[in-house]
Amino acid sequence: MNKIFKMDELDQTKVQEIQEFIDKVENKKGDIIKILHFAQEHYGYLPKELQLYIARAVDLPASKINGIVTFYSFFTEKPTGKYTVAVCMGTACYVKNAQEILDEFARLLKIGPDGLSEDGLFSLISVRCIGACGLAPVIKINEKIIGHVTKDMVKGIIDDIVRQERGD
Amino acid sequence: MEKIRVVINGQEAFFDEPVTILEAAKSMGIRIPALCHMKLEGTDFENKPASCRVCVVEVEGRRNLVPSCVDKITNNMVIKTNSFRAIHARQANLKLLLSNHPKDCLSCPKNLNCELQDLAEELGIRKNEYEGERMIHNVDEKSAAIVRDPSKCVMCRRCEVMCNEVQTVGVLSAMKRGFEATVTPAFNLALKDSSCVFCGQCAAVCPTGAIVEKDETYRVWDALRNPDKHVVVQVAPAIRVAIGELFDMEPGSITTGKLVSALKTIGFDAVFDTDFSADLTIMEEASELVHRIKNNGRLPMLTSCCPAWVRFIEENFPDMLDVPSTCKSPQMMMGAMVKSYYAKERNIDPKDIVMVSIMPCTAKKEEAIREELKNDGLLNVDIVMSTRELGRMIHLFGLDFKNLPESEFDNLLGESTGAAVIFGTTGGVIEAAVRTAYEWITGEELEKVEFEQLRGFEDIRSATVHIGDKKLRIGIAHCLGNSRELLNGVRDGKYDFDVIEIMACPGGCIGGGGQPYHHGDMSILQRRREALYQADREHKLRKSHENPMIKKLYDDFLGDVYGEKAHKYLHTTYRKREKI
Repeated sequence: MNKIFKMDELDQTKVQEIQEFIDKVENKKGDIIKILHFAQEHYGYLPKELQLYIARAVDLPASKINGIVTFYSFFTEKPTGKYTVAVCMGTACYVKNAQEILDEFARLLKIGPDGLSEDGLFSLISVRCIGACGLAPVIKINEKIIGHVTKDMVKGIIDDIVRQERGD
Repeated sequence: MEKIRVVINGQEAFFDEPVTILEAAKSMGIRIPALCHMKLEGTDFENKPASCRVCVVEVEGRRNLVPSCVDKITNNMVIKTNSFRAIHARQANLKLLLSNHPKDCLSCPKNLNCELQDLAEELGIRKNEYEGERMIHNVDEKSAAIVRDPSKCVMCRRCEVMCNEVQTVGVLSAMKRGFEATVTPAFNLALKDSSCVFCGQCAAVCPTGAIVEKDETYRVWDALRNPDKHVVVQVAPAIRVAIGELFDMEPGSITTGKLVSALKTIGFDAVFDTDFSADLTIMEEASELVHRIKNNGRLPMLTSCCPAWVRFIEENFPDMLDVPSTCKSPQMMMGAMVKSYYAKERNIDPKDIVMVSIMPCTAKKEEAIREELKNDGLLNVDIVMSTRELGRMIHLFGLDFKNLPESEFDNLLGESTGAAVIFGTTGGVIEAAVRTAYEWITGEELEKVEFEQLRGFEDIRSATVHIGDKKLRIGIAHCLGNSRELLNGVRDGKYDFDVIEIMACPGGCIGGGGQPYHHGDMSILQRRREALYQADREHKLRKSHENPMIKKLYDDFLGDVYGEKAHKYLHTTYRKREKI
């Protein structure tokens, strides 16, 4: 019916699970952020079709949902890789050449404008202080913290993950 | 209760209520410049996000300046609105807004109508030391009705209040944050691709040129100078009581005759009155109502003159598309008759006719291009201009509008009754319908034609009119939020009406999205409404079915009222629309 939204391209199993979560929320409009949190965790990101789906499920205008999603930096409308590399750019890390590390990851992973690596395995973001200044410069890959990173270590870090993915 | 004492700029005053500093100052005759703030007087709606910081004032004992639009007075508060610090901060805040604003004022559609421009003058801004980065957004020109240029947005959020709270359409919302923030439809869609109903209330309140009507004046000029085209124009009822405001006349001046003179001077080949087709609408709509009542058809019946309302019901109540009357709106009925009846009478090929409408409305621009409303492959109406656009054309033509002589509408589709002119205000369409339905159902003459119980500006009104032994239960709503509430009530069984009139804009068409700007002063709408009722009283004929030219139209062309030919030209269908 509508050419802009390809609703049937959404992963229907995941959508069903998100719907079940929504069904359990009593105050759907008031707890919309909780619902979006769950949806992002579950779906990996919040494509516009999913935002529209949620808008209809909780009976809020899609513009309101989209407003919330674009306001909070926690939410992302783009797919993320299986591994999210977060380079700390807090003051301590920054003065210890965090920018150089960020650039090296971007170069080696061929990170595009959407923040994703060429193979879709990695996404790269910069974050503010993660509270581990003693380890500066520090990076976080998903939940794993790696401290005292140097530019030369970057290739090894990437290779380890790629090997692990291949099952070597 | 003890009174609240305040001192503003050395003047002492006492208040019963803890009003805002801005309101307190206003009542004391002290002006505090403000930008984002807007109160729709007489309604509950007030926009005060305190985002622009233009209205800051100094309060004794407070370290920071306070935004006077939200901070309320407290007892013994000492306020300075004109201290050096307050004025300087106000100027600095305005300069920061201006530093991220395009300075193409000379060619901006809001030139000389812009509140930002007015403030720059009022605050004496002559240079701006804050030149910095600019946020540039794409212009959305995809719809036939409204143009959005978010680069000119000052984030006052007025449009958001209108779209979400007053109209409950929910298309416009603030996106992103900080310097990147804008007010747009979801996913940065064009309005055309969103659930926008094109009521234009966002444009009616936008302080800058960020949301304006689509300008069609150039297309009208092109048609007028094309010798092969026969250019016909129609004027809606609400125009004649509002356009004078664009020429330094008092709100509520009735300018019907001057308007006709202006249109004839500009060079239209025929000048017709949408009031004529409003009478025609009543013939068909009252027949439909009588038909539905007699045949146990679907009730309530809803009026269908308002295209923003039609689009709203298509999107929000897709299960109720059998309740609106199937009648086309007066604008479209006029177009349909011009390109069939008039073309035949004057022996003109309908393809050579350019039908122009002057409407108080932006939604009429989108209505005109609806596929369902075509006849014989042709659009009923080709170009729709708002009141403001016609005002610009009259200015461009150099006419002294105020002093123009009075002229009469052209014959054939120019005659009208008082019932038609009140179509421009909330409650008017239903009053006109009742005048005719009464006489048709009872067979008696209606002595007292004015139905006071149908008049007013309340959000939702209801009244019962006795027609013979039949009680006609009537519901009326203006603004789409009220209309949503009314229709939800009908669906849930809370309301039980036979007939319902709905208009999307505050006060009806007199407050339409294409009218001269009211800048939040709702008393202007009341004066326009009074003028419509006065115009009704001044008419010799006050019931639509008494219009002799309507009778002639049925005799010469249409045949039976609500008959087969009438259905072809004057009725339409509705479709479900996806809500985004």
